[in-house]
Amino acid sequence: MQNKPLTIKELEARAKAIRRLIIQMLVKAGSGHPGGSLSATDLVTALYFNILKIDPNNPQWPDRDRFHMSKGHCCPLWYAVLSEIGYFSKEKLLTLRQFGSILQGHPDRKTPGVEAASGSLGQGLSVGLGMSLAAKIDKKDYRVYVLLGDGEAQEGNIWEAAMAGGHYKCDNLCAILDFNGCQIDGRCEDVMGIEPLAAKWQAFGWQVIEINGHDMQQILSAYEQARKNKGKPTIIIARTVKGKGVSFMEGVVGFHGRAPTAEEAQKALKELE
Amino acid sequence: MAEQYQRDVYGETLVKLGQQDKNIVVLDADLSSSTRTNLFEKKFPDRFFNFGVAEQNMVATAAGLAACGKIVFVSTFAVFASGRAWDQVRMSVSYNNFNVKIVATHAGITVGPDGASHQALEDIALMRVLANMNIIVPCDGPQTAEAVMAAASSPGPFYIRLGRSKISTIENKGEFKLGRAQVLSAGNDATIVACGIMVQEALQAVKNLGLKGIKARLINMHSIRPIDEKIILKSASETKLIIVCEEHNTIGGLASSIDEIVAENLPVKVIRVGVRNRFGQSGTPAELMKEYNLTSLDIEKAVLTNISR
Repeated sequence: MQNKPLTIKELEARAKAIRRLIIQMLVKAGSGHPGGSLSATDLVTALYFNILKIDPNNPQWPDRDRFHMSKGHCCPLWYAVLSEIGYFSKEKLLTLRQFGSILQGHPDRKTPGVEAASGSLGQGLSVGLGMSLAAKIDKKDYRVYVLLGDGEAQEGNIWEAAMAGGHYKCDNLCAILDFNGCQIDGRCEDVMGIEPLAAKWQAFGWQVIEINGHDMQQILSAYEQARKNKGKPTIIIARTVKGKGVSFMEGVVGFHGRAPTAEEAQKALKELE
Repeated sequence: MAEQYQRDVYGETLVKLGQQDKNIVVLDADLSSSTRTNLFEKKFPDRFFNFGVAEQNMVATAAGLAACGKIVFVSTFAVFASGRAWDQVRMSVSYNNFNVKIVATHAGITVGPDGASHQALEDIALMRVLANMNIIVPCDGPQTAEAVMAAASSPGPFYIRLGRSKISTIENKGEFKLGRAQVLSAGNDATIVACGIMVQEALQAVKNLGLKGIKARLINMHSIRPIDEKIILKSASETKLIIVCEEHNTIGGLASSIDEIVAENLPVKVIRVGVRNRFGQSGTPAELMKEYNLTSLDIEKAVLTNISR
């Protein structure tokens, strides 16, 4: 199933609506991770609305494209997008992190549209690699997309997966690295430097596309370039701003894992009108 | 008596499974000639993937393949399968309840000359604490084939523990069923529960005890999860003494499984024959079995010391 692609303007409006949902969910939940959810919003919105071949009414459609969120703590974003596109009702969003909810604190297969659990960082690219190999075995042409964090690139498992993705020439696999530059203990460069990222992925045999992760045109072009590429996997290294869209959260390390207060949420929602 | 390498049987069984079901996929981490997954690779190169020395990636990749409907067999040595990739087994395999079958070879002290770093004495414990995980420790070649077939046809994650050395076939074990133990000898004086290579040691002990007029019941507990709770409680009530034998640390493995069941329901004396809170070392399997008190004589002694007559 492929919906009519949205225009850049429409995508930007969707992204704004999704940022609002993220704030509403987090203030209701009282805990969770706004910074990385907001930084990756444009990347994931564009992917779901214009790129992925999926059918929300048939989440198990065998030929669907796969998306996996390896940086699982940013699931408020994932849940908001899944709900917006029709996997489950909007009311469910306000049950985030509550007892008995289909929306767990970190991704779980209880949620329609979630393929595998995540939360322990570093494993998701391997999970995507497995999906990519399954498509090759079955000679299917679905594609696999995995969202990674930048702090997550400090995990050894990521580089094991990078090596294998290059080795097996997984051109149906596209990683998206949300490079917002912040992690829990501070700036990535201070905590544990990960640069030069592009050179690292190139050395592992990947096509590297560097973009501004908040520019819808660049995002769509990058996905298109990834799809056309043959013989190697692609990583889109997207420069983003942590907490993007809410002035007092932007670039603020403290909003990695703290929900906004009621007052902060009100202010944030006003900015996102 | 026939002798086989369990891993040879594993490799051959994989080939059979591969012919029957195109969804069988096999992964290895640079040990395919030792684990014998190379037999599958030769027949089905498109469904075999070597990940090099990178067990964490191998296990999480298995989860992705399983998420797309594959039945994934993953093999490496037991130390690496259970230890190196534990978090991947926990979150990506076990929590997701995926069809990933970890078949770990070279478990236990009988790995021999490679020494402590390669002798997995903790793997059953590490796997047993994971919800959803099924654990089988087959006692010989034919049972290895049965365990692998059962894992392939049962949904969910499995950990199958195999040894390095050749192992004698134990005759007349009866039908293999997941979660149903096999009674290899009848008796009411004491119960001996064993798994893996310890079953043949226990059989010898039962013979020796018989000569001394002691009739011991011998149970082959091949399924550690799910475990045959019924036969444990029946034996606890009928024999009052249980000796548990495993080529594993006495903490967290088969003995602990039995302890937990009898302590909650019908406390009787449980004596553990296993490796007592030590690492292994280099040596021949026979030397190490003796040094770590895992022989038939050690089992016999445990019965004689603890039996009340």
